[in-house]
Amino acid sequence: MAGSGAILARKRRTLILLLAPLTLMLSVFFLIPLSIMVIYSFLEPGLYGGVEWNWYPYNYGRILGWPLNDFETFEVIYLKIFLNSAQIAVMTVIVTFLLSYPAAFWVSRMTGARKNLALFLITLPFFANMLVRIYAWLLLLRPTGFFNTILQSTGLIAEPLNLLFTNFSVIIGMVYILTPFMFLPIYASVEKLDYSLVRASQDLGANPIQTFRRVILPLTAPGIIGGSVIVFIPALGNFIVPAFLGGSKVQMTGNLIERSFLQSRDWPFGAALALLIMAFVVILVMFQISRQNRAAERGIA
Amino acid sequence: MSFLKITSAHKAYRTPEGAMVHALNDVSLDIRNNEFLTLLGPSGCGKTTLLKCISGFEDIDSGEISLEGKDLKGVPAHRRPFNTVFQNYALFPHLNIADNVGYGLDVAKVARKQRDLRVEEALELVGLTGFGSREPNQLSGGQQQRVALARSLILRPRVLLLDEPLSALDRKMRENMQIELKMLQDSVGITFVFVTHDQEEALAMSDRIAVISDGKVQQVASPTEVYDEPANEFVANFVGTSNIFTGRIFEKQGNIVTIETANQRKVQAESDRFGVGDHVQLILRPEHLKFTPGGNGVPDNCIEGVVETCIFVGSDLHLHVDVGKGRKAVVHHRHDRGNADEKIEAGSQVKLYYSPRAAHLIKAVVN
Repeated sequence: MAGSGAILARKRRTLILLLAPLTLMLSVFFLIPLSIMVIYSFLEPGLYGGVEWNWYPYNYGRILGWPLNDFETFEVIYLKIFLNSAQIAVMTVIVTFLLSYPAAFWVSRMTGARKNLALFLITLPFFANMLVRIYAWLLLLRPTGFFNTILQSTGLIAEPLNLLFTNFSVIIGMVYILTPFMFLPIYASVEKLDYSLVRASQDLGANPIQTFRRVILPLTAPGIIGGSVIVFIPALGNFIVPAFLGGSKVQMTGNLIERSFLQSRDWPFGAALALLIMAFVVILVMFQISRQNRAAERGIA
Repeated sequence: MSFLKITSAHKAYRTPEGAMVHALNDVSLDIRNNEFLTLLGPSGCGKTTLLKCISGFEDIDSGEISLEGKDLKGVPAHRRPFNTVFQNYALFPHLNIADNVGYGLDVAKVARKQRDLRVEEALELVGLTGFGSREPNQLSGGQQQRVALARSLILRPRVLLLDEPLSALDRKMRENMQIELKMLQDSVGITFVFVTHDQEEALAMSDRIAVISDGKVQQVASPTEVYDEPANEFVANFVGTSNIFTGRIFEKQGNIVTIETANQRKVQAESDRFGVGDHVQLILRPEHLKFTPGGNGVPDNCIEGVVETCIFVGSDLHLHVDVGKGRKAVVHHRHDRGNADEKIEAGSQVKLYYSPRAAHLIKAVVN
């Protein structure tokens, strides 16, 4: 028994050694900055940036309506911007899902080289700079851009459509950037799907719709939920896409945070905004993890 | 009226390499109501393809599959009154045992109360009462097998199709399940079509066996008939082990024929069907070959040979005997504890003999 104890101790030492670099990096570059953010969000903003070291929870009051003092007022616009961001993020999740789910089945049925090529093509957009890709959409969607020119020359429309600087253009940009993040987790769960279960379902009298609803969907749900979470989070906080394709008309929380830090130099307010979004996302992820644990207990994670 | 009838079914498909494979090549089979029929054959012989065509997961290219006279062409799998027990059980991992068993009733929208009652009954039938709330991955292979059975039988199918359901179980469990399956089939009175490559399994359980090879039905008969009177050389070699001698009948006295083999050996057999001049193959099961080391009381038509290997398998002693000119004979001798004659070693001289009644003759294919 002493021998097995020694092996266990050695295993633990190896584990500590292997995890040390990551732990160190996360502590220095994530936990410490995060703590600074938390502290700053409760401090009074300095006149020209920076902070005054006074207890000042009213940054949160401006967003949530409580607590407030004589100088800070609750402005509902922040919640509206958050809701609009959430709406865009949800739409992005839905569209990327609708694109990825059928594609995942299609790719999973390919063989050998074709499958690898398809997977490569799906990750190919990552190889180009994101700014360039977003800027390309700007050129495609603007009034004198590709789509409007085509539509006008075919006579389908008389005036150029107002495609740019709308929720629509922002969602297009988000979908374009985030589709691979939806596709890959869905693909992983579709690839794992045991087709003999589909056959068993049909064999037991289920028609194709029943089979989809009762077998295929529940068994690929972990991938769908995973993909949705990792698309929703960056979509909610993204500020490059709305900055390019939303202009000044579409405001998302990402732009708001960027502006409070860089333009109005109100660091505590920016920190409070960022932390509220983070809290929201953490709650979502914890919900997802608890679901996954329940699924894992049933042996299908 | 015939029950499940397959008439000259053909099915060919192209392999990824481009070769055409005739999975079913003119298969005709009349499956009777309430029988336990086994489709027996080596892997790739077409037996699983036939099962898939019956269950509706694949279509035959030509021919007909009909149930009680009604053609099943174009009827999708979920509308056929057949259920399948899959090789890997295919239990739904996201449903507990009761929901797995009740799946077919749920999609048929059977009322909750009746559904629960029938799930209970089905679990009781396979000896898993009280397992309803467990998850599939908490069950052993044998228990999962029973759940798969209950899940299929609950729908009271006209035919239960079983696709090598016992192949993933260990030997002891497999033997138990063979007996249980046979008893279950007797008690529920449903036609079982059982696919296997394991001849012992087929012999142990079936009412009839259809031996399949190269997409063709080689023989359909009861287990004893398949074993004692194989229709051709393939069946003789695939079901059990056979010693086969090919030759021409040159003498017939009563119903005893004497055959002269290609290497001038004379062997005897009992036969009504064949006469002098016929080219035949003599099939002799290893357990019907007796051996003796000495020359006392041995019939004079015995075969002399040298033992090459002697393998003790517990109940039997398996001898491989070189009978000259490159021919080998296999002898299975029932182990007899304490019998000095059994002290056989490689290299010993033995004499082999058999009763002509034990030999089976089939027509030889003359080139």
